[in-house]
Amino acid sequence: MSDTAYVQLLDLACGAFLLAAVLVLWRRELAVIVRVFALQGLALAAIVAVIAGHDRSAELGALACGILALRAGLLPWLLRRALAGAGPAKETRPLVNVAASLLGAAVLTMIAYAVSGPLVTLAPSPATHAVPVGLTVVLIGFFVLVTRRRALSQVVGFLLVDNGITATAFLTTAGVPLLVELGVSLDVLFAVLVLQLLATRIRDTFGDTDLDELQELHD
Amino acid sequence: MSGWTPAGVLGAGLQVAMVVAGAPLLLGAMRQVRARLEGRAGAGIGQPWRDLRKLTRKEPIRPRGTTEVFRAAPVLLVATTLVVAAVGPFLTTSSPLDRVADLFAVVALLTLGTVALALAGLDTGTAFGGMGASREMTIAALVEPTLLVAIFALSVRVGSTNLGAIVTSTLHDPGRVISPVSLLAAVALLVAITAETGRLPVDNPATHLELTMVHEAMVLEYAGPDLALVELASAMRLAVFLGLLANLFVPWGIATGAGVAALLPAMVAFAGKVTLLGVALAAGEVFLAKLRLFRVPELLAGSFVLALLAVAASFFLA
Repeated sequence: MSDTAYVQLLDLACGAFLLAAVLVLWRRELAVIVRVFALQGLALAAIVAVIAGHDRSAELGALACGILALRAGLLPWLLRRALAGAGPAKETRPLVNVAASLLGAAVLTMIAYAVSGPLVTLAPSPATHAVPVGLTVVLIGFFVLVTRRRALSQVVGFLLVDNGITATAFLTTAGVPLLVELGVSLDVLFAVLVLQLLATRIRDTFGDTDLDELQELHD
Repeated sequence: MSGWTPAGVLGAGLQVAMVVAGAPLLLGAMRQVRARLEGRAGAGIGQPWRDLRKLTRKEPIRPRGTTEVFRAAPVLLVATTLVVAAVGPFLTTSSPLDRVADLFAVVALLTLGTVALALAGLDTGTAFGGMGASREMTIAALVEPTLLVAIFALSVRVGSTNLGAIVTSTLHDPGRVISPVSLLAAVALLVAITAETGRLPVDNPATHLELTMVHEAMVLEYAGPDLALVELASAMRLAVFLGLLANLFVPWGIATGAGVAALLPAMVAFAGKVTLLGVALAAGEVFLAKLRLFRVPELLAGSFVLALLAVAASFFLA
């Protein structure tokens, strides 16, 4: 693949990756959020695939397939299953309203750009130039985790953080060892399974998954 | 780039003529498309021109107690739009007034028209005029930064805020059109333009219900030739905004050199692009309902973030 095509494809995938994170903040319907999250998994797999194509690395190619299967297939499917029958499927009253959280995302982007400046100057290349994108997604993930009330959107926030970390890892290093990536992916999968179980139990017990209402202790 | 070349002067003149003559036709075409998609016969493409002719023949009437602000607003609105139509890169990038076609100057000129009309709405002292002006300012406060930032994202790689320079450099480097910067900026600009020109889902241009009006509420008190000017200016603003959108992202067909012969294909290309965009917008509107007013800032904040991301991307993906 030629160099300009590589840079353009990488930039396009990173743009889609970042856009998906912002859309998670923008939309209220949980079903749409899950779909956007699946799209982000697709963009992440595309980033890894583009790097694999540029480095001609079969190992990275295999990792891209794995990421595609896990983050665009399995995790969204699990989330959708948790969503089915989960009461009103909307993020009705986030702690920070949508307009303000979008502006917050703009500020987070600037912070990520400022913070990652030294990282980029260490080894300037098209891939490291996109590192702020990964960091922004990590920060937006934290933001979603902190400001959303529904259990499912918090899970999506957690997964955004993980997506951002994975993207940063692939963009900064020449490639993550297969074993490490497998371990991390397995961890994430287990975390989501546990969280899904927890959300289901919360719903069965209290009839809702609004975590802000769980403030008092009962025996 | 600048200088009084014959092609440049002719191009600038043709731009103004095309925008003035074509804008009502564009509006007519958009209404016709909408009517057909809704199963109505429609009034025909020439109806806005017929309306304008009817209005200009009427006696000018102004509400008692209104001041110069009310009288000057339609003229100011038309004048600012005409200046933008003359200097912007619509048919040719070598307009003799090219230096005025700065991103900030153009957005400021267009905002001046918006503010003049809002002041006129306040000047009438009626409830609806004030309400419309207040709403329009709420929207404008969010739209103007988006317009500035979205076009600024395109200007970063060019190193110039001149619109003609941006268009020329996109012509020389077509690969830029599919970069994330362009795509994000295009979406942001599209949302900002639909809000600024008062189209769905921000404002319903065909509404007859005063409580939901934004643009229409401000011009309720206008009648006769004044109303004709306001209507013509709104149509021209729509054409100018769509023309800017088309030429910033798909500039092919625009005349760049000093040759007069390139102007004819440029006219065809410009008319085609703007009509296509307008028809697409009208067709899209059939499937949209007006947003609740309190949801509009959300949409506009979203488009502002997209524009900001475009600027950020133009720095960190460079």
